[in-house]
Amino acid sequence: MGLLSAVVNGILMGGIYGLLALGLTLIFGIMKIINFAHGAFLMVAMILSYWLWRIMGLDPYLSIVVIIPLMFVLGYLTQRYLIKPVLDAEKDVREPIGALLLTAGLSVAIENFVLMVFGADYLMAQTSYSGASINLSGLSISVPRLYAFIATLIVTVLFYQFLNKTELGRAMRATGQDRGVALLMGINVPKVYGIAFGIGTAIAGLTGIFLIPFYYAHPTVGEVFITKAFIIVVLGGLGSVPGALVGGLLIGLVESVAAQYMTATWTAILVYFAFLVFLLFRPSGLFGSRYEW
Amino acid sequence: MALLEIEKISVFYGEMCVLRDVSLQVERGEVICVVGANGAGKSTLINTISGVLKPRSGKIIFNGEEITHLEPYQIVEKGIIQVPEGRRLFLNMTVEENLLLGSYTPRSRKKRKENLEKIFTLLPRLAERRKQIARTMSGGEQQMLAIGRAMMADPQLIMFDEPSLGLAPKVVDHVLELIKNIAAQGVTVLLVEQNVHHALELSTRGYVLENGTVVLSGTAHELLNNPHVKTAYLGL
Repeated sequence: MGLLSAVVNGILMGGIYGLLALGLTLIFGIMKIINFAHGAFLMVAMILSYWLWRIMGLDPYLSIVVIIPLMFVLGYLTQRYLIKPVLDAEKDVREPIGALLLTAGLSVAIENFVLMVFGADYLMAQTSYSGASINLSGLSISVPRLYAFIATLIVTVLFYQFLNKTELGRAMRATGQDRGVALLMGINVPKVYGIAFGIGTAIAGLTGIFLIPFYYAHPTVGEVFITKAFIIVVLGGLGSVPGALVGGLLIGLVESVAAQYMTATWTAILVYFAFLVFLLFRPSGLFGSRYEW
Repeated sequence: MALLEIEKISVFYGEMCVLRDVSLQVERGEVICVVGANGAGKSTLINTISGVLKPRSGKIIFNGEEITHLEPYQIVEKGIIQVPEGRRLFLNMTVEENLLLGSYTPRSRKKRKENLEKIFTLLPRLAERRKQIARTMSGGEQQMLAIGRAMMADPQLIMFDEPSLGLAPKVVDHVLELIKNIAAQGVTVLLVEQNVHHALELSTRGYVLENGTVVLSGTAHELLNNPHVKTAYLGL
């Protein structure tokens, strides 16, 4: 039963990783930017959600209504006023890395800003359901993880529909495929970039909100998650939506099951090693060659 | 009033001058051909009109309104579209998605249904292949789709950048026929083409671009009989 429990909880946690990776893969797929600040945005949402709960007694899940629009705006403005000038300046550079360095710097800046304002404490919203679990004849399923997993599935499906069925989603995919021609077809590319970065950031925020009832937030909590998200995105195939979900589930599963047999340090080594071996055989990731924007 | 009026534009790539004091006029309903060797600045001209490149000096006026400093998407909305060199389709998308993307701007989106029907009548092949991924089509079909996509923008001026490049001679004839058809529908055409003889034959007037300046202009008939054009571009 220990193993089954590990499998189930691994998959649930994997869903959360997948959700975070979804935001990252979206930003990469459309803008071809690797957003190093993605984890920092996750952390900001965790901290905000925590304090809204702590001060106003707002349930973390309800704080979605406030925090998600806020994260979207934060992402949009980040693209508009920080990333866009760098992209414009590097328009004719063959291999631009300015935006990548910028997001890495931004991540450090955000982390230290939060450290300064909120301190380095480990914070978790102890809600009524934080420690709750469902017992299915001995199999124990953590309730907040289950909620997070369900949210991931819903968001992934909605997002996939958005990309494939809506005018804006189609324009986003077109921009990801050929930015220059998207421009020629009358798509306002900078605006599409802003919206993509906004949605990506909002997804990072959503992940944070679903974590805060059972995971401790601190200024550098994003780093734990961003590393995994990078691995997931590459594993699933850069820019692939289903890849993000499947990659997330896989990493969550391996991590959780491996933890049954060895210490956490060894788990990490195993995960990274398996990932490297996988890349040797399939460098484009699981869905990389089949699914493109 | 001319539909498109280009007044002495100069365009630079860094310090290199690609177009120098180029002036050009396109009247409503004309088919204008811009002739020139590789590197003469033909694509630069089209991309400057589209707003992708900005001239260092000079003005571009469309329908009496200056568009020199507008963004590319605003220029499409005004009614100027281009069929880019090498087609540049959204290769991982279906035929239908490519066409729908052609009518992304608010003005053309309103006439989407009507224009889609028009294009399917003009190019029945595209209607048959609605759900096919663009990548899997032949070069000729891709060129048709690229033209269809541009027509979905409901343009007043359509610019073609080397539409016959890399196509079999039979397909080239089809493409040129299609351009003639489009012009007959009242859409003004600006055509950049290396296939000078064919291009001039379906044009009303033409300009010869050499090293970034206009060296000759005139009616298609005049240019076809011009000794310089004959030796340099027609191989006669």
